[in-house]
Amino acid sequence: MPQGATATMSNVSLDRRAWNIRRKALLMGEVQGQGYIGQALGVADVLAVSYFHALNHRPGDPEWQGRDRFLLSIGHYAIALYAALMEAGILPEEELETYGMDDSRMPMSGMAAYTPGMEITGGSLGHGLGIGVGMALGLRQKGSDAFVYNLMSDGELGEGSTWEAAMSAAHHDLSNLICIVDFNDQQADGPSTKMLCSEPLDAKWEAFGWYVQRVDGNDIPALVAAFDRARTLSEKQPRVIICDTRMCKGVPFLEDREITHFVRVEPEEWAKALDVLEQGKPQ
Amino acid sequence: MTANSLARKYEARRVIPKDQRVATSAMIASLAAEGYDTVDAPFGHALVDLAKDRPEIVGLTADLSKYTDLHVFAKACPDRFFQMGMAEQVMLSAAAGLAREGFIPFATTYAVFASRRAYDFICMAIAEENLPVKIVCALPGLTTGYGPSHQAFEDLAIFRGLPNLTIIDPCDAVDIAQMVPAMADHPGPVYARLLRGKVPSVIDRYRPDYKFQIGKAALLRDGRDVLVVSTGLMTMRALDAAEKLAADGVDVAVLHCPTVKPLDREAILAEARKSGRLVVTAENHTVIGGLGEAVAGILMRERVHPDFRMIGLPDEFLEAGALPTLHEMYGISVDAVAAQIKGWL
Repeated sequence: MPQGATATMSNVSLDRRAWNIRRKALLMGEVQGQGYIGQALGVADVLAVSYFHALNHRPGDPEWQGRDRFLLSIGHYAIALYAALMEAGILPEEELETYGMDDSRMPMSGMAAYTPGMEITGGSLGHGLGIGVGMALGLRQKGSDAFVYNLMSDGELGEGSTWEAAMSAAHHDLSNLICIVDFNDQQADGPSTKMLCSEPLDAKWEAFGWYVQRVDGNDIPALVAAFDRARTLSEKQPRVIICDTRMCKGVPFLEDREITHFVRVEPEEWAKALDVLEQGKPQ
Repeated sequence: MTANSLARKYEARRVIPKDQRVATSAMIASLAAEGYDTVDAPFGHALVDLAKDRPEIVGLTADLSKYTDLHVFAKACPDRFFQMGMAEQVMLSAAAGLAREGFIPFATTYAVFASRRAYDFICMAIAEENLPVKIVCALPGLTTGYGPSHQAFEDLAIFRGLPNLTIIDPCDAVDIAQMVPAMADHPGPVYARLLRGKVPSVIDRYRPDYKFQIGKAALLRDGRDVLVVSTGLMTMRALDAAEKLAADGVDVAVLHCPTVKPLDREAILAEARKSGRLVVTAENHTVIGGLGEAVAGILMRERVHPDFRMIGLPDEFLEAGALPTLHEMYGISVDAVAAQIKGWL
């Protein structure tokens, strides 16, 4: 059990944490009338397991030196991470209504200088894993036990820099680096697997020297097991967890939309989405 | 493509008499003019000296430690040296990550690879975050005859538009030795153009009391007829050209601007306001978007209107060949600098 994660001590279930993250993301989407809701709903389980099971962090002290670093390569997923940071008590809930507004600490794309808990400025894809390599090297140099997590998307597998970083991490035996790939098979122009970097993804990472796990990213017990394995493995190699997730998970009428990369939600649909989510509320 | 145009395509670009052709080895010739002392790998040695008392100094390279003088550091501090392989994007991303963990990374490659290939990584991972990453790059401007793949004739133009980034173009071994600790003390990111290998010492001959300071220009030579505002190795060319011109009775002042961004506005304005002098900028870089246009911008904004000329590389992809030949051809040799100035008087 991580020492600093006070939230893990609570008896709130991970299912409920994920549900809370989804609800907050929808509320933020409603405030702004838009947002990367599909990704947020899809990755909520991964974030719940990250912040309420795996990560060693102190909500009141987001820059605590001993924390595990959680990098968001994918700046446009910021709405999802804001929801998780709020749920974790790192961002105050009152700020929810400022999402994407002037003077907000929560801009549409995630930036390190704006938001407590946002470790890097993502958004230009293919940056996170490389920065993670440097942070993992630096932590090892300092004798720190902290892990670096990088949450990236399947679309970033098309960026060559991702593979430079993957080679580098394995070459430097970075066992303190854990990459999480949100594999929802959607990018701006359509399914990721029809764009550039397709299967077999497990074999690709393995060939690059990584310890690979592939799980259903919306199955919380499977995620818990994968994160535990990634943290406790004794081999001197970096670890990747490929999470197959479903865009818009939890709101079936949105899940069924054909285009979910930037999902079009009509004004009256926000309430409907919240209602539908409410019906699946876990204990 | 017709047979004719194909034939033209592969013709020699210039015809130089056989006995005047310079060998390929001169493609990476020493930059020292005759009569100057040289220092071996001043950057590498300065970094080792600095690192002795500064455990946060680390070095990274993308397969070019021997060609950026970082091998000296790698040998002295092996536990603080990271070989990142031929992968400039991850090298600079990793440098950003190390900086986030409290280190001061010096990352080296060639100027073309940092500026062209890794720009987005320098912009977003380093400059936007204002992280103390020091990017030190060999082969700036026209310092190799390998052709456009290795000639960073436009790196200043690329980087000048990048907020937070300090840009240094040192003249010689004296500048390089002094800039290293100054870069480490500077809180933000720095891009430095590097002269490597046997680097001449020039500045101390003119100003034994010279002190490199980020953002400061230094008047290395005064003169009543011409003011040359120069940076990088063009300062040594300007100084030598000034000696030549003095023999013809032309008195040339040389204002050395080792920091291209931020430029020393006050020093440039003070010197340019002295009336009656031709003002010439000199840079080892295309005349588009480098020192010359930066100085012109300062002068125009302050309504200082001297007779103004620019010496620099032309707006074209440069040829491959022997370096001394190319410097002559593109107007940045000592003789060419002196001739251009004389022609403008």
